[in-house]
Amino acid sequence: MAKFQISRRRFLTSASLGLSGIMLSGCDAFDSGLGVGSGLRSFLENANGLTWRAQRLLAGRDALAPEFTEADIRQAQRPNGVTAPDDDTYKGLLANNFADWRLEVAGLVEKPLSLTREQLQNMPSRTQITRHDCVEGWSTIAKWTGTPLSLVLDQAVVKPQARYVMFHCLDTIEQSLSGDIKYYGSIDLIDARHPQTILAYGLNGKPLPVENGAPLRVRVERQLGYKMPKYIHKIELVDSFANVGGGRGGYWEDNGYDWYGGI
Amino acid sequence: MDSAGTSQPAAEADAKDTTLIYRQSRWTRLTHWLWAISLFFMLLSGLQIFNARPQLYIGKQSGFEFNNTILQIGAQDTDNGPRGYTEIFGHRFDTTGVLGWSGPPGQETPRAFPAWATIPSYYDLGTARVVHFFFAWVLSATLLVWLVAGLINGHIRRDLAPRLSDLRKLPRDIVDHAKLKFHHTRDYNTLQKMAYGGVLFVLLPLMIVTGLAMSPSMDSVLPWLNEVLGGRQTARTIHFTVMVLLVLFFIIHILMILAAGPINELRSIITGWYRTDPPANEPTERSA
Repeated sequence: MAKFQISRRRFLTSASLGLSGIMLSGCDAFDSGLGVGSGLRSFLENANGLTWRAQRLLAGRDALAPEFTEADIRQAQRPNGVTAPDDDTYKGLLANNFADWRLEVAGLVEKPLSLTREQLQNMPSRTQITRHDCVEGWSTIAKWTGTPLSLVLDQAVVKPQARYVMFHCLDTIEQSLSGDIKYYGSIDLIDARHPQTILAYGLNGKPLPVENGAPLRVRVERQLGYKMPKYIHKIELVDSFANVGGGRGGYWEDNGYDWYGGI
Repeated sequence: MDSAGTSQPAAEADAKDTTLIYRQSRWTRLTHWLWAISLFFMLLSGLQIFNARPQLYIGKQSGFEFNNTILQIGAQDTDNGPRGYTEIFGHRFDTTGVLGWSGPPGQETPRAFPAWATIPSYYDLGTARVVHFFFAWVLSATLLVWLVAGLINGHIRRDLAPRLSDLRKLPRDIVDHAKLKFHHTRDYNTLQKMAYGGVLFVLLPLMIVTGLAMSPSMDSVLPWLNEVLGGRQTARTIHFTVMVLLVLFFIIHILMILAAGPINELRSIITGWYRTDPPANEPTERSA
């Protein structure tokens, strides 16, 4: 009996040694198995779709993100990503204080629009003090003023087959061999029509600064910061984002981030 | 389950064959290993997520123009080259090689947690989130299955619910553990009940709740959650702290298993069968 136990102990010792070896090499295998497009990665990414559906079910269309008070604005809004676009087009528009800038609304709409900053600012506006949550983990609270996106969509009359709003931006986020990649990103029509989803042109009572996305950025208060593109110049209604960039719905999504950023 | 007769036939001289009892139901064993797997992946992907912003704050937001940081892991240049540091409540410790500055000799990089402790090993926040949230669903679903099964089959009431006698046994239980003197009985001892109950009813639910509190979408569904917890950044700090407690539990759990007899303990959590002490060694005087 005792002999048997010892050999079993030996077996367990060598088995655990072997197991830790497998685990160590398993880590490398796991690293390489996690690349965008791999089968394992695609399987794990299903959880994001589950989260999206579960949170839509719980939050519905109109549940509002918490709003805060002036006393909670304790610092400037921390900028992230591109903070000073180096693009000639952008710099030209900035030099002219965006007088020549237009917001194009195109794609699956009945009436494509081309709006000036004044036209946007003459529409009804919404001001909200909300918390900006970056995917990295930090949060800041600031006051945003802008035009509800739903008003712009109503004016353009969205076609029934449209499913997503794609934002096209003026800033180059990455210089690749195939050319400059300008920031792009998309949200579904539920978030696009959410009462707090605004095309912001004001921050903390002043015009939106360059580092935070002048002349116009979107606020999607129930999602993380990477879902709120800055420096936008074109809104495109699409039924699929398969043909934009890498086909995953946004610049960061094409680099491995989940499309739904509500968590 | 069917173990009531374990220590009863004490009168029998050769009771040795009856000391192998069926201790862990299939639900306990299945959920145990699902948790083990998901907590492993959640820990390593979570440390990768932390590396994206290796600071913990107290309150609703992160102070960039004011200071509400209570923990920070970073790297700094010194006369002796770059060093890693960890700063807790303003006290700074040199943690070069593990926290802040680590890597193979000559190839060190600034990173909060080292490559061997993160998934993926290289910096990739997007992938870590994919892994983390997949296993978050597995962990939560497992907890729900365990709760339902444990209520139906009586595991929670019979094995985990603390009784008055547990309180009476506590001092002796602490002394026995300190002496590494273990009694192999069907029932959990008081410290085991506290540890398992604490993990399953306090730490894991708190982990899920603070995780949900960090989700901006869930914040619109349960806005009171962050108010109760003290703000999103406090929720994140609690999430991290509970992680540390779970790691401590894991270390003690493994040490106890090694000390109490790893083969017998492993057999019971794999097959369900557990060898108890012969009745003569039962501390029957306890009830006196």
